[in-house]
Amino acid sequence: MQLIFEKTVRGRRAITLDPLDVPEAKLPELVSRAKTAELPELAEIDIIRHFTNLSRRNFGVDSHFYPLGSCTMKYNPKIAEVVAALPGFGQLHPHLSTSEAYWPLCQGAFELIYETEHWLAEIAGMKETCLQPIAGAHGELAGTLLIAAYHRERGESNKDTILIPDSAHGTNPASAAIAGFKVVEVPSHDDGTMRLESIKAAMNENVAGLMMTCPNTHGLFEPAVAEIADYLHQHDALLYYDGANLNAIIGKARPGDLGFDVMHYNLHKTFATPHGMGGPGSGPVGVGERLAKYLPGPRVVKRHGAFALEMPEKSIGRLSQFFGNFGMAVRALAYMKHLGRDGLCEVAENAVLNANYIWARLKDTYTPAFDLPFMHECVFTAAPQAKNGARALDIAKALLDYGFHAPTVYFPLTVKESIMIEPTETESRETLDAFCDAMIEIAKTIESDPAALADAPKTTPVGRLDEVKAARQLNCACL
Amino acid sequence: MSWSPATAAERDEMLAVIGHKTIEDLFAAVPNAFRPKSWDLPAGISEMAVRDQLGKLAAQNASGHISFLGGGAYDHYIPAAIDALTSRGEFYTAYTPYQPECAQGTLQSIYEYQSAICRLTDMEFANASLYDGGTAVFEATTMSVRLTGRSRIVIHPSLNPIYRKMLATHTAHLQLDIVEGEDPKDAACVIVQNPSFLGAVADFSKLAEKCHAAGAMLVVSFYPISLGIVKSPGEMGADICIAEGQCMGVPLAFGGPWLGVMATRKAHVRKMPGRIAAETSDAQGRRGFVLTLQAREQHIRREKAMSNICSNEALCALRALIYMSLMGKEGFRDVARHCHAKAEYLKSKLSFVKVLNEGPTFNEFAVRLPRNAEETVTAMAKCGYLAGLPLAPLGAGAETDLLIAVTERRTRADLDAFAAALEEVTCN
Amino acid sequence: MYPENCKYTKEHEWVRAEGAVYVVGITSFAADQLGDVTYVDLPKPGKEVKQGDSAAAIESVKAASDIYAPVGGRVSEVNDALTDAPELVNQGPYDQGWFFKLEGVNAGDFDALMDAKAYTAYVEAQH
Repeated sequence: MQLIFEKTVRGRRAITLDPLDVPEAKLPELVSRAKTAELPELAEIDIIRHFTNLSRRNFGVDSHFYPLGSCTMKYNPKIAEVVAALPGFGQLHPHLSTSEAYWPLCQGAFELIYETEHWLAEIAGMKETCLQPIAGAHGELAGTLLIAAYHRERGESNKDTILIPDSAHGTNPASAAIAGFKVVEVPSHDDGTMRLESIKAAMNENVAGLMMTCPNTHGLFEPAVAEIADYLHQHDALLYYDGANLNAIIGKARPGDLGFDVMHYNLHKTFATPHGMGGPGSGPVGVGERLAKYLPGPRVVKRHGAFALEMPEKSIGRLSQFFGNFGMAVRALAYMKHLGRDGLCEVAENAVLNANYIWARLKDTYTPAFDLPFMHECVFTAAPQAKNGARALDIAKALLDYGFHAPTVYFPLTVKESIMIEPTETESRETLDAFCDAMIEIAKTIESDPAALADAPKTTPVGRLDEVKAARQLNCACL
Repeated sequence: MSWSPATAAERDEMLAVIGHKTIEDLFAAVPNAFRPKSWDLPAGISEMAVRDQLGKLAAQNASGHISFLGGGAYDHYIPAAIDALTSRGEFYTAYTPYQPECAQGTLQSIYEYQSAICRLTDMEFANASLYDGGTAVFEATTMSVRLTGRSRIVIHPSLNPIYRKMLATHTAHLQLDIVEGEDPKDAACVIVQNPSFLGAVADFSKLAEKCHAAGAMLVVSFYPISLGIVKSPGEMGADICIAEGQCMGVPLAFGGPWLGVMATRKAHVRKMPGRIAAETSDAQGRRGFVLTLQAREQHIRREKAMSNICSNEALCALRALIYMSLMGKEGFRDVARHCHAKAEYLKSKLSFVKVLNEGPTFNEFAVRLPRNAEETVTAMAKCGYLAGLPLAPLGAGAETDLLIAVTERRTRADLDAFAAALEEVTCN
Repeated sequence: MYPENCKYTKEHEWVRAEGAVYVVGITSFAADQLGDVTYVDLPKPGKEVKQGDSAAAIESVKAASDIYAPVGGRVSEVNDALTDAPELVNQGPYDQGWFFKLEGVNAGDFDALMDAKAYTAYVEAQH
């Protein structure tokens, strides 16, 4: 498709302003732009067509089943969009929070933050939560900074190491590194879980904490999680919960009850705020008792019947300009309020049901990567198919021709030729069946004619793209 | 209350296929001892009730006031076509383009966004977005450290005080030496903001030369709308430029989601954080777009990655791209021209206060009132105005100092009435 | 399979003595594992490196790795051709695809590295 810049017609306009009703003013030449930026020149209809046609070259949850493992691509309810766009939220200037004089004009927003933080805290068994982190990885950074602040205040300057399982998301080690930690990788057991023995083997007096995902990225609940928490606490190390997979256990187990000290939530995963082609997300941080005083601030508190702002006693400071992605919190609260205490439990139930249904339908065709029962996602290895000449990537591309987004492939790194399928709770049985039928048909094709997959996908606007050419030419802008 | 399609009968049938009797069998791996110790949440409510409850909360917030609040976030007009396009499910319910063949809409829009940012800033490479303008300062800082191997960070007085606080929080354990000033000696970078937090417009070309002579990066935090008329970071010789992109079609939304903008020079692109889209082709020679230079990122490089960023603000970047397209070459300049002219007009009407800026300003300026600024904004709110940002709470001015921003949305009549009201409130 | 005139490291670099100068590159095994090389970051000539220091970096579409100095010394020359044609690493890892040359190398360190036979056994044991 042509670029929007290639469609430009000199002099064409979309939005025009009313004539300037005050005298013209001019900046000194020294600080003025020499040449007007070459932005597109198009009519509104040209722009609407361009982007509408671009959108049709995308798969999204609204149009396609999107079983991307670890990403929780559930349906995004429309009511959440409507309430987030209410003028009292959508058009509210955040500097109303900067001066106390303005606080009476943003009490509704303060209450929304307060209420959302309380819902999140109760759901995960945390003492307090804070909406400031802007994305999941930003929440991880918040959490690891809190761990660092905790040890620093206790004078434990030796505690400079974070343990991270080999199955962890790449953001975990990257976030810990920004918080100043050395990262030591801990191997998973062959059955896909983390064993206390492995933690013991990696333990020393410099370990500040461990970051875990539960269920882990193999889709398995960690049976030793409480033992691991106890062991860490005995060694004055803290346990971090990567909330990426919270959807699997919501209402069934709470990280706080399991012994986790600090965590992040992914509002764009568990709480259905849309993924927006890569973001915005939202990654609130939650803490147990001992880390509450270090939380980022300012925080909304209730004081004399009104909402006010306060800096926690030993706050690590400010992680976002105001209250993180507030608009995502509005959407998440709408989601939580609609579901309520019972509906939230059903989220996990149906998510785990759907994943296990896919496992049951595919386990005789594809090789499950692990024998333990899966939770909200199931992981297969396409190593046998790869021996026949079609890799996980080929299976992923073939699925696109059946009208399904591909599962996550080649992650987790611990499984060869991994295919990680997370259907979520909002998919119907007929969709799951159609997907499984496609997977089974693809497996048959691999047995009879593996080379047939090499050309897939054929029905998408473009076929497989030359990534090597992209990286070598590095044409990243039309200048 | 649920968004799951499954009926009770379907659940039973599916359980049978799995070989289970009850839903609880699915959670056998979660022992009873691990079950929630508390679940004190209200019952679910209908969509209608959600709308009412959240509508009531929204109604408790300021709305309908005529706003002069700025300080890094601005009340610019958002054309209707932006919501119409970005609310298409194919955009907002998609994720990171891991499968490029079914994400060309996303990838081409990122490529076009990168192109538009480069054209606006006169830089060569832009990324697909960062979280916001404040975290962009942090990312530019660590990028400069990687590029220079130095650890001294020089913060120019022009930088937003909130960005400074954020930088301190993010870098608390990175052993950096963060100092105030503009001396690039032994520095990884000098970070300036243009216009400054208090609205001053400057030319940093000479500082760029000094930085380059000293082997330091010049990082410029800019205000995208101002680039309709203000000298661009590229024209000044910046190495890295960053911005809060909220002003380009992104709602204020009490602070987010917003948009972190970052662009740089070709020589530095491999040290830039964030996703980058690039043009390429398929086997049939058809043009297509993919993510490139991914080996810099966390999912491959883990603790050695350029950044931990994963989710970004792609939908806000799309909003900014559509904004830049709708305003277009002439319109974008017009918005800047109007903002500047209207701010100058308001300045001329405020003879009863002292304007603190000595040099040129773009659309924002600081004034010293004859009265406490917080008392003033309280009184002005009663007249229907958000009169500006009192500077004392941010440590950016005295108790009488107020930062006033003017956008293209304010009419001459608004400005005349505002000036009269402010005079009434502060002088009588 | 691996040239007899080179010595090898566990990180899959090769080093070859050419008089007083030692040439360094990555093995065909490493090049195959990386896939199509898209970028090579070379050290500045004159740089002193110790054995095991990260001296260069290499990227493909899916991976990035550091290239460690197999022996200590001073970088006397780098293969600038790789900047514009990183594919040379895949096409000829032992000839046009060399990375950098070192001088002032301790011959004992060089002699202590694996020979082709030992490296072959090492690769087979690992994979």
